[in-house]
Amino acid sequence: MQEGGIAVSEKKKKTVKIIKVDLDKCNGCRACEVACSAFHALPKYSSNNPARSRIRVIQDPLRDVYVPIRAGDYTPAECTGRHTYTINEKEYDECSFCGVSCPSREIFKEPDSGLPLKCDMCESDPPLEEPMCVQWCLADALTYEEREEEAEEEEEKREEMEIGLEALANKYGFQKIMDTIARMSISKMGLEQKAKAED
Amino acid sequence: MRYAETGFNLEVDLTRGSIDRVATDPRETELYLGGLGTNAKILWDRIPPEVEAFSPDNLLIFAAGLLCGTPATGCNRTIVSTISPQTKLMAFSMMGGFWAPELKYAGYDKVIFRGKSPKLVYLWINNDKVEIRDASHLQGKGAIETEELIQKELNEPKAQVASIGLAGENRVYFASIEQGRSSASRGGIGAVMGDKGLKAIAVRGTGDINIAQPDKFLELCNEVLAYIKAREGNPIPGVMPILAGLGSPQEMKIHDEKWHTESFMWGNSRHRRRDFWTEEVEKAWTETMDKAQTRLISCYNCPMKCAATISMPGVKTYMMKCFSKLTYTMAAMSDLEFGLKIAQRATEYGVDAFSTPQVMAFAVELYENGILTDDNMPGFPTDNEERFFWLLDRIVRREGIGNVLANGTYWAAKEIGKGAEEYAHNNIKKIEQMPLKLSMLNPIYFLMYSTGEKINITQIEGQFPQMPFPTREEREEFVKDWFQVPDEKFKQYFLDWELRGENSFPYYPTVEMCCDIVDWQERMHYIDDALGMCAGLSSFPLKPPYHIHNYPDFISSGAGIEMDEVKLTQAAKRYRTLVRAVNIRRGMRRKDEKPPENHWKKRFPELEKKLLDEYYKMKGWNEEGIPTKESLNDLGLDYVGEDFIQRGILKGSEETPSKEASTETEAK
Repeated sequence: MQEGGIAVSEKKKKTVKIIKVDLDKCNGCRACEVACSAFHALPKYSSNNPARSRIRVIQDPLRDVYVPIRAGDYTPAECTGRHTYTINEKEYDECSFCGVSCPSREIFKEPDSGLPLKCDMCESDPPLEEPMCVQWCLADALTYEEREEEAEEEEEKREEMEIGLEALANKYGFQKIMDTIARMSISKMGLEQKAKAED
Repeated sequence: MRYAETGFNLEVDLTRGSIDRVATDPRETELYLGGLGTNAKILWDRIPPEVEAFSPDNLLIFAAGLLCGTPATGCNRTIVSTISPQTKLMAFSMMGGFWAPELKYAGYDKVIFRGKSPKLVYLWINNDKVEIRDASHLQGKGAIETEELIQKELNEPKAQVASIGLAGENRVYFASIEQGRSSASRGGIGAVMGDKGLKAIAVRGTGDINIAQPDKFLELCNEVLAYIKAREGNPIPGVMPILAGLGSPQEMKIHDEKWHTESFMWGNSRHRRRDFWTEEVEKAWTETMDKAQTRLISCYNCPMKCAATISMPGVKTYMMKCFSKLTYTMAAMSDLEFGLKIAQRATEYGVDAFSTPQVMAFAVELYENGILTDDNMPGFPTDNEERFFWLLDRIVRREGIGNVLANGTYWAAKEIGKGAEEYAHNNIKKIEQMPLKLSMLNPIYFLMYSTGEKINITQIEGQFPQMPFPTREEREEFVKDWFQVPDEKFKQYFLDWELRGENSFPYYPTVEMCCDIVDWQERMHYIDDALGMCAGLSSFPLKPPYHIHNYPDFISSGAGIEMDEVKLTQAAKRYRTLVRAVNIRRGMRRKDEKPPENHWKKRFPELEKKLLDEYYKMKGWNEEGIPTKESLNDLGLDYVGEDFIQRGILKGSEETPSKEASTETEAK
């Protein structure tokens, strides 16, 4: 059982995997989709189907729009509204940059089951040097980088908690948060004592 | 389970409006591979020679190559086969793009159309749901415009659409089928589509394509990718820029057009401009192209950037590739700016960029020589560039003189008469060729021009350098890593080949060597066309990533068909012979197998006869170019031999050639 509450100040390293996308270099060939869907087939490479790919090239050739995006998280709800962005005189829909598997569109869902697809950076054993989509992008629109970041996880967590609490405090008032925490801790202590007594 | 292919064709009867999903026989795949191979089998089986291009009984087949939809890099071609209105022979034009893989993912290898729809329709293939939809609102729309409108009305931006423009609707003999950045242009297949009342085919597929031996297949793909990277990093020295690297000729990427503009003919394949490519021209054309181009783009699953998006002020954006960059410019004796502009309109109309400019230049020449007059062409502009737009507009609408010109130079000249036939001087088998007029006979090209049944030089040449390298050192350097050769002897042929002296044209390469070289080159094109591989990564460039040594493995591990070099060579020979058989049955004979009379100034009739004799012999054809009973039996094409005997094309045991031919009948 994990002990909570003890601060571990030891610095941990974590690897951040980054696929850099250069839109100007994309030639719209969709090799990334081919490679991705082949890699994730079961058994590996046994089939190929871009509709199952976890990277898709959003494209509108006559308007010169080419945006490879990778599948992110699932959300059950559509956005309430959308931005359009104009970059170098070209208009992009907000969805063109969004990797979320959502009800507003068909991409990033298994074509048979409708279940969401998510990019896993080609996690495998043994690991690949680069995700498949990057390996197959000879146009170099996709390049891969790994960055080691030092992270004091606990501190990060406290920071996050602090932000959360502050939001709650803003909403409910500071006093109410204090009262709630006090009540929760009394209740928890009560439960622990009860458990001990039953041992 | 079927691998690489889906095992199903769609059979669409446009007269009755019926659609059937038909399982195919895997044994046919083993014998004819797929794409062109199985198309040829269907055409042989189902279209008797009496059936004309515009008969409801003519078939129009859209096939995805055997390996389309697998991860094989650059394998994306749609092979469209039918009977051509222009040549009256089998046409099998192809296009890259995205259509063929999409068809595979939808669950089909081919779509086979027969009959004629009473009104204009389009076919919508959405996985298992296939429907014939009304297209009357698309009548007269441009090909690219149609693609956009269909995607919009189906609310399917991912649907891949192949469509015809006004030219196809009006059955122009050189109408193309367009698909965004790609087109299947040669032989008037767009006219057959229009005749069938079919405006477009939209397809969307989200199914899987299976691979027989996944790890092996992927390893092969990775080898190809690595080779492409290495090959692109090391262009071949000493050849013209477009041949130094891989891909379809890199017309969009490369600005240096000295070779094309000074070696190819301008106007109606008439004028050679040897000092054309000056610094000024280079600067102006480079500027034009840079300004017009927004991006270099590719076909499905291919790193080569052979096409480009072209955006010019006042002109709708379109996509262009390859030599259409220069064909209009050179036919009109104009500049690149004009060429890019008129190509946009031509793309929307859906016409072949090889034939169309020549047909127009032919008309201008006839006018200038008083054969066509203002009576035939009321309102013909005086401005040169306007004349070409004027002609194009009338050809695709079949208006006035356009109705005559819409049949191509061969048939138009016959109809115009008054000596016009002299001006239709650049045809083979009734179809306009690349505008080249050269001095010394090239025996290799003589054979390719004469016997190529795709009737287009770019669809048979490749692999072997077009010209000898000046020094032995350069040649030695070239052969060092030339592992694509099917046999070591090809290296020797090349090493001994000199620009001048005994070992030069026309007697070197020797007749036997020429036959070998042509046979190899043609074989690779035919394999590509069955697999759906782009010639730009295989049969066309020097030292390509796909070749006779790795193809068998791609087929075995991809499609699960046991394959080796011998078996593959035999299969390619089988359906190549079948293409010939279709054409022989339609009347094609030796007399049709010749380059344009004036292609070379220095001709050698005796040598040419010997070349053709020996090549026919090597191919297993008799002296009329008809496959012999023995060679047909060897290929398992006994049924062709029997048909030939029944029709009197071959005689029972001896083979007295039949000199009768029916391709000379008038155009309807």
